[in-house]
Amino acid sequence: MQNRIDQLFAKKQHGVLNIYCTAGFPELNDTLPVMTALQQHGADLIELGMPFSDPLADGPVIQDSSTRALKNGMSLHTLFEQLAGFRNTIQVPVILMGYFNPVLTYGVEAFCAKCAEVGIDGIIVPDLPMAEYENEYKPVFEKYNLHLIFLVTPETSEARIRKIDSLSKGFLYAVSSSSTTGKDKDMNDQQAYFERLKELQLSNPVLIGFGIKDKATFDAATAHANGAIIGTAFIKAIENSRNIDETVKSFIETIK
Amino acid sequence: MDIAINTGNSRYQVDKNGYYGRFGGAYIPEMLYPNVEELQSQYLSILSDPSFQQEFEALLTDYVGRPSPLYFAKRLSEKYKANIFLKREDLNHTGAHKVNNTIGQILLAKRLGKNRIIAETGAGQHGVATATVCALMGLECVVYMGSIDIERQAPNVARMKMLGATVVPATSGSRTLKDATNEAIRDWINNPVDTHYILGTAAGPHPYPDMVARFQSVISEEIKKQLLAKTGSENPDYVVACIGGGSNAAGAYFHYLDREDVKLVAVEAGGKGVHSGFSAATTQLGTIGIIHASKTLLMQTSDGQITEPHSISAGLDYPGIGPMHAHLYESGRAQFLSATDDEALAAAYELSLLEGIIPAMESAHALAKLKDLPLKKEDVVVVCLSGRGDKDLETYIRHMNK
Repeated sequence: MQNRIDQLFAKKQHGVLNIYCTAGFPELNDTLPVMTALQQHGADLIELGMPFSDPLADGPVIQDSSTRALKNGMSLHTLFEQLAGFRNTIQVPVILMGYFNPVLTYGVEAFCAKCAEVGIDGIIVPDLPMAEYENEYKPVFEKYNLHLIFLVTPETSEARIRKIDSLSKGFLYAVSSSSTTGKDKDMNDQQAYFERLKELQLSNPVLIGFGIKDKATFDAATAHANGAIIGTAFIKAIENSRNIDETVKSFIETIK
Repeated sequence: MDIAINTGNSRYQVDKNGYYGRFGGAYIPEMLYPNVEELQSQYLSILSDPSFQQEFEALLTDYVGRPSPLYFAKRLSEKYKANIFLKREDLNHTGAHKVNNTIGQILLAKRLGKNRIIAETGAGQHGVATATVCALMGLECVVYMGSIDIERQAPNVARMKMLGATVVPATSGSRTLKDATNEAIRDWINNPVDTHYILGTAAGPHPYPDMVARFQSVISEEIKKQLLAKTGSENPDYVVACIGGGSNAAGAYFHYLDREDVKLVAVEAGGKGVHSGFSAATTQLGTIGIIHASKTLLMQTSDGQITEPHSISAGLDYPGIGPMHAHLYESGRAQFLSATDDEALAAAYELSLLEGIIPAMESAHALAKLKDLPLKKEDVVVVCLSGRGDKDLETYIRHMNK
């Protein structure tokens, strides 16, 4: 079967909305209700965060969601239990995002096998460097038809962007500014960088993330890329939600 | 005083990919790639530049007060029936070995054109050493420190502030050294161009473990010369050092790594007992994983969540060890022991009363294992006395009143 991420970009090249949510947040068993609501109300892609004790690339909001999910009892084992059978109801592509240590401890091959079994399409591991992936783990991810999605930043050289593009599958995650997640930086300052990415005519679609929080930032980002990723703003929206479906619906309405 | 550069084909030195055996590497997010790549590609050429070495040497001599004495501890030797020497890093300016590394890194930062310095600190010794060199060079300094450590190391917090540094409390996670390091790394991600991160221990992404070990290697370089003058041989039977991340141990072992007849002893913090649930004995409790961008041994749950260590000593309260030490442990080159909080306290009192030296709580862990080594009376033992105990007086006083 063709990877669902590829299927998505085959039919939609503009305005792709990817929403991030930490698994097991705000409550342990909210993972599937959040995913269901995201699909229902128009998210094109779902990025599910695997909580970690030491999320180095994340700002305070996503850190706190991770801490709360861990306190709720979330673990990789529990997550895979929750995800068993989710493909019966959810068709949009789903990506797992998380740090390398829990994956390494789970066992990289066992992790990939489990992802394939439950129906995960792609993986983002921000602290798995390109060289390590290429030398050691690429065949395993490919064996299970999992797309590994790499990040590029405004500081990434053109040569390195091309190299990352050649190793990435699914799409490229373009970090809008050099920062942890959830930082406010002026999107207009990033326009030159977005233009530059566009001019490179990369082989992968590009989604822009970090600092996308509302319609204005979403539109600014998607003017130059295939879509954008929202994380921190969504976590803030649902952290005190009493009705997940309602909250997700109204959040997405403000973006689209 | 040369910074060790040409180390040949050591089994224990870093390889060209940044690994020690299967440990090490640079598991960094892409946002840190330019910063780390800049260091990786430039640190060796900067360190080997004669003008850099001259400046480093001059500051170590005139500012830090090196060479630090190698002191024959007569009464301690009588008690343990061996020849015990103390490498007096506690007599350095700022009171610990940490300043060897911060002098080196601030000179490196200047050559890289950085004007803002960040650091993490546990006991505050590295924070003070960093604030000191920033004042010396007129650079902005931000130190991240766990909010729990800020409470238990108040004198060092005051020193950093007096030296002009901004001390930022790390309030995430266990609110100790691990979390201060996370916050420093996050700061670096957010300030990729103008900022140099002075990491204080032989851990973190390549090239930090190697770079810090090289700056600290002055410790074993001096031991060799001093021991030769005092005993006729530059090689002791034992080198003993405490280990949190492992910077004083890395420096004390460095020039002995390939002398397999010199026994290397690393003492971890056993806390309230290795299996009490309140310990920082990483090699006994840890498994392989990634902490602070390095593949090494660390304390974690079966689900890969990094756990919260415990030690009475803020400087050893770290759930990992540097990758060089993980390799020394796994290869059997170094013997790893652990000392409990109580053993370390007893050793601190013993050194104070026998030698008139109040050691740092961290260094007391190394002293605490003298009683467990199978010492013979002709044995020569060097203990790295990594720091002085002024900062720990409150802990010592509390214990005294018990």
